[in-house]
Amino acid sequence: MRSVRGEARAAWGLLAPALAAIALFFALPVVGGLILSFTDFDLYAIADPGNARFVGLANYVGLLRDPLFWKALGNTLLLVGLGVPLSMGVALAGALLVNSPLARLRAVYRTIFFAPVVTTLVAAAVVWRYLYHPRFGLINRALEACGLPTVDWLGNPRWAMVAITLMAVWRAFGYSLVIFVAGLQAIPGSLYEAARLDGAGGWQIFTRITLPQLRGTMFFVAILTTVGFFQIFAEPYVMTRGGPLNATLSIALLMYQQGFRWWNMGRASAIAFVLFGLILTVSVAQALVRRRQEGGR
Amino acid sequence: MAARLIAALALGAVALAGCARAPATRQPLSFWAMGREGEVVRKLVPEFERRHPEIALEVQQIPWTAAHEKLLTAYVGGTTPDVAQLGNTWIPELVALGALEPLDSWIARSRAIDRNDGFPGIWQTNMLDGVTWGVPWYVDTRVLFYRSDLVAAAHVPWPPRTWAEWRQAMEAVKALAPGRFAILLPIDEWEKPVILSLQTGCGLLRDGGRYGAFRDPRCRRAMAFYTDLFAARLAPALDATGVANLYQQFAEGYFAMYITGPWNLGEFRRRLPPEMQDRWATVPLPAPDASFGYPGASLAGGSSLVVLRGCRSLAAAAAWIDYLSEPAQQAEFYRLSGNLPARRAAWTAAGLASDPRAAAFLTQLERAVPTPQVPEWEQIAARIADRSEEVMRGARGLDAALTDLDADIDRILEKRRFLLARAAARGRR
Repeated sequence: MRSVRGEARAAWGLLAPALAAIALFFALPVVGGLILSFTDFDLYAIADPGNARFVGLANYVGLLRDPLFWKALGNTLLLVGLGVPLSMGVALAGALLVNSPLARLRAVYRTIFFAPVVTTLVAAAVVWRYLYHPRFGLINRALEACGLPTVDWLGNPRWAMVAITLMAVWRAFGYSLVIFVAGLQAIPGSLYEAARLDGAGGWQIFTRITLPQLRGTMFFVAILTTVGFFQIFAEPYVMTRGGPLNATLSIALLMYQQGFRWWNMGRASAIAFVLFGLILTVSVAQALVRRRQEGGR
Repeated sequence: MAARLIAALALGAVALAGCARAPATRQPLSFWAMGREGEVVRKLVPEFERRHPEIALEVQQIPWTAAHEKLLTAYVGGTTPDVAQLGNTWIPELVALGALEPLDSWIARSRAIDRNDGFPGIWQTNMLDGVTWGVPWYVDTRVLFYRSDLVAAAHVPWPPRTWAEWRQAMEAVKALAPGRFAILLPIDEWEKPVILSLQTGCGLLRDGGRYGAFRDPRCRRAMAFYTDLFAARLAPALDATGVANLYQQFAEGYFAMYITGPWNLGEFRRRLPPEMQDRWATVPLPAPDASFGYPGASLAGGSSLVVLRGCRSLAAAAAWIDYLSEPAQQAEFYRLSGNLPARRAAWTAAGLASDPRAAAFLTQLERAVPTPQVPEWEQIAARIADRSEEVMRGARGLDAALTDLDADIDRILEKRRFLLARAAARGRR
């Protein structure tokens, strides 16, 4: 008993530096942000903190009344709804290919697929902007060659968010792919062997063995991808700065604009906590769905 | 291993010694310039350094799109440059922050800076409550670009001196080809409704910048004139992204007039086909009616040179701003960048005064007025664009939209009212 308590004390001692760092660099700013979201901290308050006022929930209420917030929310939901399934689908397909016993040069492909994740976004954006160029872009050239009408990808409010989503998927799927590959490799070969002996076809093996065995990995990737897409900022920021007509304004970009363009730090903090609440809700919902599925089996 | 460590230490010591020696002889001065200006201004540096060997000037180029954020974050982080180029509508914001040095005393002493050689409206944008915070570097305003052949074919009095004449000319141009338009006014821009409102003498804000004033009869008159151009199909209800290729459509005669700024003098020359080159011209903007004189007012835009609080050497900063204000340097900067000089002497030196297309800008600059000088202006401008777009898209009636706009502006200015009231109360005590 005593030795357990002694061990616990030692553990706390060892954890203390890390916990202190978390408290100082994470918990404290978060609490500060929360307090800020109940104030009207703005340009005037930067000049003199005495100019900040406590405003209660006014930032949150104002946000709900702001059509721009709803626009940004709609854009973000579109991005998540489109980007998460697409990104996971591409990642899974890629992982299956890389993991296939027929594949050669596996490490090379894995590296190629993973490259976008570690590419500097600003450099990638330059290339993507060329791809999307309405007249000289590769994508429109290809459409033209197929006899299809061309699209002003980044200039047309209807297509801009789709264009941003495609780019975000390209950038994000490599990470999920690597996790999927790890998940696939963890599936015992004996299961496949048994299935094959029982005469299962390729598709049956995929749906009956691979997918169920990957469920845990899938859940992890889904949460990670959803959180990532909810927080999307860099892609619209460097490609369109939220335009045209706010069609690519994401919540994170709106938060940045409120905070660093208009210097409404109070309002920006409120957006941050709304976004946090949203992500938390969706993640918990995903976890609940998964638990129900597990329970059902 | 040990040998490598010693080598590294020795290198470090050498580097430190090198650093320590430089500033002892030369005064460092950092300068932030935006976009292309940041690139072009480097060409003016060698001559400055020849004249001032004691100053080590470092020019840093900041992209326009990030300039605003960078300046404010630099201020909060305490890493502002010594001197910066600043869009003159941003001055009130940085003054509210307390980020700028007042310049009156040394402008008065300076031999290179001459207020009377500048444009009064432009200088006004650099002043707040009688204090000068910036020195105009280059200027910018809006005039009417037009297709001279189409206007001549319409047989109307030209240039239009009043809104009535202007409207008449637009209708006559439209009658030439009803499928086309007389004027292009992208509906998502705040500049045009703001210019027309400023022309009527409506200040856009009332009570010392405490409330929105768009329900003021003068502002309403301007907004009604503006929105009616769309209702009468004289202007297409297109936003900036809806215009595929401005220059091509202007050359095709899709629209005959366009209100825009000096950068388009160069762009029109470069991008319009050769046969179009003698078919376009510029005139100053008309006024609401004859009682306002001619030309009507336009925006006082452009960039200023400011000195940031905490500047390492006011003398060096003054030397640099003095140098950039010299007519010869202003003329050279125009030749390099196409930005219009802030000094009349430089207009003559650069041969601009005799260019008829640039001359419209010179006339217009005499009647350039600042936008409301409140720190919240950028936010207000965005609301003006949104609300007038609603009217043009037919989502809202004019009066309802103006009421909404005033309500938006009143909300944005709430903090300002509170601070002004608190300051007044403290003053009384």
